[in-house]
Amino acid sequence: MDYELLLGILPQVFLDGLILGFMYALIALGYTMVYGVLEFINFAHSEIFIVGAFVGVEVLLGLKSAGLLDGLPWPFLLVLVLVAGMAVSGALAVTVERVAYRPLRGTPRLIPLISAIGISFFLQDLIRLIESIWRNAFNLVYPTIDALNIRFELTATLDVSVKSLVVIVAALGMLWALHAIVNRTKVGTAIRAVAEDQAAASLMGINVNRIISLTFLIGGAMGGAAGVLFGVQYGLINPYTGFIPGLKAFTAAVLGGIGNIPGAMLGGLVLGLLEAFAASYLSLLTGGAFGAEYKDIFAFSVLILILIFRPKGLLGEVVRERA
Amino acid sequence: MSTRTMRSIAIVCLALTVVLASAGTDVRAQGKGTIKIATQSPLSGGQAALGEGIKLGTQLALEKFKGNLDKMGFKVELVPFDDQAKPDVGVSNARNIIADKDILGVIGHLNSGVAIPASEVYREVNLAMVSPANTNPVVTDRGYKSVFRVCGRDDVQGVVGSEFAKGTLKAKSVYIVHDKTQYGQGVAEFFKADAEKKGIKVLGFEGTEEKSNFDPIITPIKAKNPDLIYFGGIYDQAAPFFKQTREKGVKAKFMGPDGMDSSDLTKIGGKAVVGMYYTSVAGPVTVYPQAKQFAEEFKKKFGKNPEPFSAQAYDSTAILLKAIEAAAKGGKVPTRDAVTAAVRDVKHTGITGAVEFDSKGDPKKALYFVLQVASDDPQKWGDNKEVKRLTIAAPAASKKI
Repeated sequence: MDYELLLGILPQVFLDGLILGFMYALIALGYTMVYGVLEFINFAHSEIFIVGAFVGVEVLLGLKSAGLLDGLPWPFLLVLVLVAGMAVSGALAVTVERVAYRPLRGTPRLIPLISAIGISFFLQDLIRLIESIWRNAFNLVYPTIDALNIRFELTATLDVSVKSLVVIVAALGMLWALHAIVNRTKVGTAIRAVAEDQAAASLMGINVNRIISLTFLIGGAMGGAAGVLFGVQYGLINPYTGFIPGLKAFTAAVLGGIGNIPGAMLGGLVLGLLEAFAASYLSLLTGGAFGAEYKDIFAFSVLILILIFRPKGLLGEVVRERA
Repeated sequence: MSTRTMRSIAIVCLALTVVLASAGTDVRAQGKGTIKIATQSPLSGGQAALGEGIKLGTQLALEKFKGNLDKMGFKVELVPFDDQAKPDVGVSNARNIIADKDILGVIGHLNSGVAIPASEVYREVNLAMVSPANTNPVVTDRGYKSVFRVCGRDDVQGVVGSEFAKGTLKAKSVYIVHDKTQYGQGVAEFFKADAEKKGIKVLGFEGTEEKSNFDPIITPIKAKNPDLIYFGGIYDQAAPFFKQTREKGVKAKFMGPDGMDSSDLTKIGGKAVVGMYYTSVAGPVTVYPQAKQFAEEFKKKFGKNPEPFSAQAYDSTAILLKAIEAAAKGGKVPTRDAVTAAVRDVKHTGITGAVEFDSKGDPKKALYFVLQVASDDPQKWGDNKEVKRLTIAAPAASKKI
């Protein structure tokens, strides 16, 4: 056992886990907000996330073919793709709600769930169709922005690239903004009111439909931003890339306590760190008997354990039965 | 919908089925019958570039060589199937293939992990499968009468790689990553076993199904600082892995098996993969003097360059057609048994060299190459430099690791 090596890579593994965790956190918000307001799981959210990534890559490739990619400063580029990804994903989430969930409101909770799964498959193949016609490609590669790949060697085994910092800063910024919206604005109050009791909220003069659309818009935009950051960080996407991160982010939301916004962030970070540690350390610690391929089993075992002892999740609270 | 409309719809459907079914058998009336050749390869998804190449190579050969069968009065058709590089899809396609009595042979697959279970299905009816690309030893080592390949094997390919790593690259240490498929893990294990024998230190052997985030795997690699990283798998996963590895400042040389052999490797990997080495059982078309014409015809017909394995698929098809001709001497559509038996005896000098099968269905002699990626422009994939070429006979018995 090489303890020097094990300890040496610890900070790097932690950082990698943090980056992944922030992405999970951003995606998990979409699941948790929708659940908080409508009490159902929007399984199409993983595709809303990957649509953001596709919008990002399309904008960058468009700029590249126009020859503008190297001429523009990278912070401007990043903000541009983030805004574009957020706008399209947010709009898509609102559309999905209007088309696939609103007509089913008031039906048993399984019905919109099935509808969500259907939309999820539909969107996967729609993206695939569009990209195969438009670019004749299955895998799309984010164009490299050199400035983002600059690395700072902090120690021999730890280095931070500009894009990792960007992911962390952007994620923190968005999480803070969301927190502020939900807790300090009138709109946030309305969202919380609808989550508390739809009927009472509408009696108080809140337009419930509009608030629900808004919830989907915010959750979708967060998912889209996560998609763009995912593309910038890892560089390769295809129409089915969203499924697994989406599933893990949903897990993160449950882990933190579904319906609870700080819980989603915490759950995302915990899951990201678990996954990074498992993937990096499993084979080192077991002498190669268990390798990185078992990272998900490890992460999900921890999830099961936590849920056995805290069924409501880490920060979840006991939901009162509604009369 | 009322029951009446339901019923009338049902009747219309039934009538249609009857009409279509009879239309299907109509063809028999003209000529002496139909002979179909199926292809199975991934036509969609991340490995579609290679899979499509196999299909088009087959199509080109079919159009070129079906003349004799046409003269005999048979109608020769191509039926392409998309196995999506997934074993379950390959097997369910195989079920459809054996159900169609007109299909007398299969050209495919791309992935050994798909070919192995699918060939179990073909074997039930003794339907010949001629593989242009499957390199895993298990494909032929099971000793099935109906399985053939025109390419080399991983127990040789892995060794070719490790010999090159030791002899030419002078690598002292290697870190091996694989994709957990039968093909990728298989070739990685052969590479590993021989590398250890030659005294190369294997610093790690790691499997992953991850497609986009390789950070946690790269961190230990970086800490261990190997001379060489070997990726047993396919380009759509290897390219982002290598790209991220370079971005994280790892200086090691890169190497892989023939799964790297596609222009998409540079399309995804960009500068990171320039200069990397890969072993292959399919040399670039430029290697084969006879293949130049094939490449020109291919480009003229399909508007793109042939991918690796297109030429092998072309040869596989030519072999299968020869066998069908030999079996159809009686002027009737031959049985599957007769075609399969005839494939064994075919001696064919194709555009990728001369092929003659041994008792297991391996080519008696196969070519192995070591190539180096020349440019980060996917259009220039054909310019990759041939660093080494070896002709090696297939191992008589499977070497147990």
